[in-house]
Amino acid sequence: MAATPHVLVIGGGSTGVGIARDLAMREFDVTLLEQGNLTHGTTGRMHGLLHSGGRYAVADQASATECIEENRVLRDIASHCVEMTGGLFVKRPEDDESYFQDKLSGCEECGIPAEVVSGREARQMEPHLATDIDKAITVPDGAVDPFRLVVANAASAQEHGARVETHSKVRDLLVEDGEVVGVEVEHDSGPGLRVHGVEGGREEIRADYVVNATGAWAGRIGDMAGVDIEVRPSKGVMTIMNVRQVDTVINRCRPKGDADIIVPHETTAILGTTDEEVADPEDYPEEQWEVDMMIDTLKELVPMLEEARTIRSFWGVRPLYEPPDVGSEDPTDITRDFFLLDHEERDGLPGMTSIVGGKFTTYRMMGEQIADHVCNQFGIDRACRTADVPLPGSEDFSVLRDYMDEFGLRSPIGRRSVERLGSRADEVLQTAGPNPTVCECEGVTRAEVQDAIAQSGSDLNAVRIRTRASMGNCQGGFCSHRLASELHGEYEEPIARRAWDELLQERWKGQRHALWGQQLSQAALNYALHATTQNRDHDPADGESLDFSAFDSGTDDRTTGAAGTDVAADGGHADGY
Amino acid sequence: MAIDSELLVVGGGLAGLTTAVTAAREGVDVRLVSYKQSTLRNASGLVDVLGYTPDGEGPLTDPFAAIPELPDDHPYRTVGVDGVRSAMDVFDEVTDYRGGHTDTNALLPTHGGTVKPTARYPPGAAAGVASDDRDVLLVGLQSMTDFDAPHVAAHLEAAGVPFDVSGVTIQFPGDLQADAKVTRYAKLLETDPATRDGFVERIEANRSGQQRIGLPAVLGDDDHDRVRTHLESELGAAVFEVPSGPPSLPGLRLEDALFSALDSAGGSFETGNPVVDYEGDDRIDHVLVEKSGTEVPYSADQYVLATGGLVGKGIDSDREGVYEPIFDCHVDHAEDRYEWFDGDVFGDHPFARYGVDTDDRLRVLDADGDPQFDNLRAAGGVLGGYDYAAEKSGSGVSIATGYHAATAATEEL
Ligand SMILES: Cc1cc2nc3c(=O)[nH]c(=O)nc-3n(C[C@H](O)[C@H](O)[C@H](O)COP(=O)(O)OP(=O)(O)OC[C@H]3O[C@@H](n4cnc5c(N)ncnc54)[C@H](O)[C@@H]3O)c2cc1C
Ligand SMILES: Cc1cc2nc3c(=O)[nH]c(=O)nc-3n(C[C@H](O)[C@H](O)[C@H](O)COP(=O)(O)OP(=O)(O)OC[C@H]3O[C@@H](n4cnc5c(N)ncnc54)[C@H](O)[C@@H]3O)c2cc1C
Repeated sequence: MAATPHVLVIGGGSTGVGIARDLAMREFDVTLLEQGNLTHGTTGRMHGLLHSGGRYAVADQASATECIEENRVLRDIASHCVEMTGGLFVKRPEDDESYFQDKLSGCEECGIPAEVVSGREARQMEPHLATDIDKAITVPDGAVDPFRLVVANAASAQEHGARVETHSKVRDLLVEDGEVVGVEVEHDSGPGLRVHGVEGGREEIRADYVVNATGAWAGRIGDMAGVDIEVRPSKGVMTIMNVRQVDTVINRCRPKGDADIIVPHETTAILGTTDEEVADPEDYPEEQWEVDMMIDTLKELVPMLEEARTIRSFWGVRPLYEPPDVGSEDPTDITRDFFLLDHEERDGLPGMTSIVGGKFTTYRMMGEQIADHVCNQFGIDRACRTADVPLPGSEDFSVLRDYMDEFGLRSPIGRRSVERLGSRADEVLQTAGPNPTVCECEGVTRAEVQDAIAQSGSDLNAVRIRTRASMGNCQGGFCSHRLASELHGEYEEPIARRAWDELLQERWKGQRHALWGQQLSQAALNYALHATTQNRDHDPADGESLDFSAFDSGTDDRTTGAAGTDVAADGGHADGY
Repeated sequence: MAIDSELLVVGGGLAGLTTAVTAAREGVDVRLVSYKQSTLRNASGLVDVLGYTPDGEGPLTDPFAAIPELPDDHPYRTVGVDGVRSAMDVFDEVTDYRGGHTDTNALLPTHGGTVKPTARYPPGAAAGVASDDRDVLLVGLQSMTDFDAPHVAAHLEAAGVPFDVSGVTIQFPGDLQADAKVTRYAKLLETDPATRDGFVERIEANRSGQQRIGLPAVLGDDDHDRVRTHLESELGAAVFEVPSGPPSLPGLRLEDALFSALDSAGGSFETGNPVVDYEGDDRIDHVLVEKSGTEVPYSADQYVLATGGLVGKGIDSDREGVYEPIFDCHVDHAEDRYEWFDGDVFGDHPFARYGVDTDDRLRVLDADGDPQFDNLRAAGGVLGGYDYAAEKSGSGVSIATGYHAATAATEEL
């Protein structure tokens, strides 16, 4: 065995990058493989709630306790990804009083700071709450940006020597003499940054240990080595509003239910969610009733949602797992806890462990336990440092200076750039040329886009998750072509064109669930901008060549070199001012 | 007492303005009421008639030849080829647009790097026609992200244009902040000689003999022809603007031109207040215009609805359905809102064709196919039955139906 064991982590969601960072910091040689972009799976399709644990304080106190511990850790190490909004558990008159009391005492038992406020006090905090709210409990819930957090973890892993490969799908496990010894991976476009048009290929990567952190896909990796991993994928919908109707996380205070949380997130508020078991984590119905239910149920807490504009909806799949002997009927009864499945112990297959279940909020703790487990395999005794060392971007966030002048950025754009970049702001925003805004909805400047391109290759969806460009109200209507142009500096035109097409398709996908009222009008405008003004739907560069000579070539007198104009008769134009 | 006129036009976009100008030129007492800025603020300012068939065939060289082949419910079929031609004649008379010398479409470069078929173009865009084989230098501005000249040039080259094209990016003279509005550039070019000189110098420094120079559409506001011709004579080259937007200066210039045509033809107009309701049964007696909280009646003999489509909310929707907000005109649409669109971003979107249906005199029809009112016609984006974005037919349909509605309404007076 090599002096530095090589560990291969499959899955670039929160769990995978958390593990990769931890192992890299403990001086393992680490390779992370992700089939899509980072956050391609559930992590890029979650609600963005940094749990205080309040949600689980009655029914699942082990999870609740982990949540509050990690909630504190993340505020510290990931400050630039977290907004401490605070949260409320709101009780309506028809909601059960004894459950309210159970919630309060449950929070106390789990060490979650919680206080009761009257309906009036709750409305002073959140004026759009319904007037007939009885009362509420305050808890330290927050909002967390999963994209930023995952990218920061991957960057940290790389700083500690890890190799991170996106758009690289594990096709098979290499099993020799009954032991997992590596994987066969298919790269979309060759190793390294993703570049459109660069030929991909297969690679065999051998490793001393494999960690399967593929969430809802874990069973498929298991199948490759003939082991059974019973993940029970359960889908949930989230609906994004165009503005922040609330600045605090709003939870409905009643036992499990659908459509009971609103999370303020950047410029939006996200309504969620549902919990329904599905057979296939990649192919499940996305239905109108689910979106309608978000609005119709949550308007009982915040009535203005009824008339508000939603900008898109998306679905995620929980990688729920329960040990085979439990057999819950209803997915909401399945524990939110995580499980470490050592396939040597469990299935007599050494060389690989899977991690399933859990929550985003506790990703770091999951990483720590897996890394401890891997250390044990190799008899290595190195302490975990991920709870103490801040992530890149969160190192020195105390100095929120006025960046406006310094970077020539108008507030609030400057403020938002700095919030996204955290302590990397200096490095990214110090540019030579002018730094115009590329995405107006989210206030993303050229420098940020260029920084993201340097990190992610010719992939505009990867740029999007790093910067939030094209994620606001207009959903890329105004900025998609600008982002393509930003790519063009670095990449050839055909590559920029393909990335642009991909971004347009991706943005369209989620909007489809918001197409009525304002957002349908927005979609009609976007369609006109792209198809009418830009003629992108009939791009001659994509199609057959045109016979230009068959079209009008103008009427101008070319001998003067100038196009004739109707005002030339007014006495000459050169000195016409 | 209601404010009275012979013809009341609701909506002041391309369709409403064409209606009002056409009627006013016939001596009709016409009044136009419009709420907000029209779609022209967003639109490129090019006037497409028909670039592709509904099946996606094209680009068409001759839009007029293709009109008789369109589906029955297409607004062009209601108006007929001759109607479309007469409408374009009126348009050509009241604007300085080019392209009327031929039936053949022109291909114009877009800020997205493609070319697109269009029938009429403003003089400022004329030198950009892609069937002209003179070489082109595209010049972008460092902080103007909507027009990236090197990228557009590379894309045009990939599109196979019959001339050499290259792109450079220069810094605009002076120190405009990075996010300055297009109108700031336009004003500076119009009013400040030092800016103009600096601009010419920087373009010249990057030019290697190209006879055509393409720029973002910021060359002046009120006095744009002068700005352009000044640049042309200083550079000794043809200068053209590549439209983008919003806010689109070429679109706004066209709107201004049509409002002054309406003014000179003697029509009256007022903007800023919405029509919110109406009174009447078989005939509309009057409509109600909301002005600072009160509803003021406006009556007329004939009415034309030209409130635009989904973009400007002449057609609106909620989770339950798609509707026309003032007269509650019938808008045919699928009950399931997931059938309003296609899954592909440029798929065949039903929503793009939603709008009101009319008889051959453009009278609005109810769900049973009967005229909803004796005296209500519709024109432009509020009409259903065509997907202007896919066909490239937006402005043409607005002009043709605006003209036809005016003629039909005038005959009833
Ligand atoms: C609707 C919903 C809302 C939620 N809200 C919250 C919340 O508010 N707060 C919270 O804390 N938690 C929340 N969660 C839970 C949380 O999102 C997940 O627990 C967490 O993101 C799981 O991360 P993961 O890394 O384990 O899985 P994933 O993010 O799914 O990562 C697995 C990765 O493996 C990759 N992969 C799969 N197969 C292969 C292969 N063959 N080769 C290479 N890569 C492969 C996938 O592409 C994927 O990116 C929510 C979950 C859902 C569904
Ligand atoms: C982004 C974009 C790009 C385009 N590019 C092109 C192009 O390159 N070439 C082309 O030919 N076409 C183009 N079009 C299409 C073309 O601009 C439109 O089809 C055309 O302008 C529609 O004109 P209209 O008068 O029917 O409607 P609008 O321009 O929408 O005008 C409707 C008017 O009615 C007013 N109104 C609405 N409700 C009320 C009310 N209740 N009371 C009073 N007034 C009201 C509105 O405020 C508005 O002023 C484009 C469209 C868009 C959106």
